[in-house]
Amino acid sequence: MIEARNLQKSYGAQKILDGVSFRIMNGESVVIIGRSGGGKSVLLKHLIGLLKPDSGEVLIDGENIELMNERQLLRIRRNFGMVFQGAALFDSMTVAENVAFGLRRHEHLTEVEISKRVAETLEMVDLPGTEDKNPAELSGGMRKRVGLARAIIYEPKIVLYDEPTTGLDPIVSDSIDKLIIRVRDTLKVTSIVVTHDMRSARRVGNRVMMLHEKKLYANATPQEFFASQDPIVRQFVDGIADP
Amino acid sequence: MTIFREATLAKCGVDCYFSPTMNLFANKRVEYVLTELGQIALLTRDVLASALTFKVAWRDLLYQIYFIGVKSQTVVLVTGAFTGMVLGAQTYFQFHKVKMDTATLAVVSVSMCSELGPVLTALMVAGRVGAAIAAEIGTMRVTEQIDALRTLATHPIDYLVVPRLIAAQIALPLLTVESVVVGIGAGYLVGVHILGIEPVYLWTNMLHFTHDVDLMMGLIKAFIYGGIIALIGCYKGLTCGLGAEGVGRATTEAVVYSSITILIANFFLTLLMGKIVGQL
Repeated sequence: MIEARNLQKSYGAQKILDGVSFRIMNGESVVIIGRSGGGKSVLLKHLIGLLKPDSGEVLIDGENIELMNERQLLRIRRNFGMVFQGAALFDSMTVAENVAFGLRRHEHLTEVEISKRVAETLEMVDLPGTEDKNPAELSGGMRKRVGLARAIIYEPKIVLYDEPTTGLDPIVSDSIDKLIIRVRDTLKVTSIVVTHDMRSARRVGNRVMMLHEKKLYANATPQEFFASQDPIVRQFVDGIADP
Repeated sequence: MTIFREATLAKCGVDCYFSPTMNLFANKRVEYVLTELGQIALLTRDVLASALTFKVAWRDLLYQIYFIGVKSQTVVLVTGAFTGMVLGAQTYFQFHKVKMDTATLAVVSVSMCSELGPVLTALMVAGRVGAAIAAEIGTMRVTEQIDALRTLATHPIDYLVVPRLIAAQIALPLLTVESVVVGIGAGYLVGVHILGIEPVYLWTNMLHFTHDVDLMMGLIKAFIYGGIIALIGCYKGLTCGLGAEGVGRATTEAVVYSSITILIANFFLTLLMGKIVGQL
């Protein structure tokens, strides 16, 4: 279980998060939405300890990660996989080396076993046979799939997605959504997806959380959320600019 | 830091040569330098702790030795050769006036072993490798690759800094030996074939006046300079500002700070080791 308690975060004079609290149970698929620059990615990075809050705490299975140093956090992070907005592939490595990174570092497997696992995972993200390509040779959608393969190869319990469909065309976005659902259902992972793509939010989440004005404004099932008549929610869902 | 700033301001209030604006600038500059030194000290502590417990990834270490050592050979050899040649020529011009021509190579040898070999090798490597380390790690930082490493339960110091530090500390002494050998050889060739010095006396005097301790001093210095280059390059990369400008600035600062630190450290190391050797 992931629990955020009263998270507060500022950069200089600008407040980003102001008392955000929630719980995410194991196996849930939660979508975090909100306006650009509204603190969604910052919130996501707090959940894995990449950022420290000014106050408040994050508990992973009851352990307060704010009390841990970087080296202690490594143990907690073995339960996580994260897909970055720009994929963040290691550009000095091939696709296979990127995907195998976590395995090589933390599991004692032979090269044959590693190659087999890499091939299986690339197959799962619909990228078979791309092992020897360099990240620079891949399209945006392919890079995100490789990023996902790298995040799930060691079968984490929780997968975090930072705007997985941003900058992709609708067809590739659709395939990424299907992939997120497939990973969720196949590996039984807890998924937390940050997005402002409403179609994606409807499809991949069991629950939708909306950040607004630095606070958690809404926390509901997709059915309840998208049926809401709250003016702030409606404005965001319908994509209407401020007058 | 606040206490330090207040103390500085109080002192300047009594006997102040600068305008308030310049004072503020000077204080900020001092604070910046002290903060940087403190952060490098903390990085060094973390790196040492990691190096003592971390099982080195041999593949990464070998690649870094190849990148820092093998690929720096051309620039180091050219530098060593021409330094030996010019030092040989200049020494001859001065020694010839007092009929000490055959001591020329001894001066070249001692200078190359204990001073010029390690310092010039380190400066060349700082320019090539220090910049590359800062640029590579800086780019990884701005493209979230370092965050990706952390999410893959890998400490950036274990993966990025320790292999580069160990590789630089292995490569620099080896490169220094190459530079010294080539420098002495080039000095010998200039002395014998261009300046017409008697080769047997030249070589015998060189062997007579060059001691093991001269080369040892050079190797110890090279080992320390390797650490300086890798640590400053990694530090500048890990803390670089965002965007292309941040990476560019980190790269420049890595080279400038490494070079200055090497030159300053060289003076104190020479004094320290001279004192130690003198007492032996």
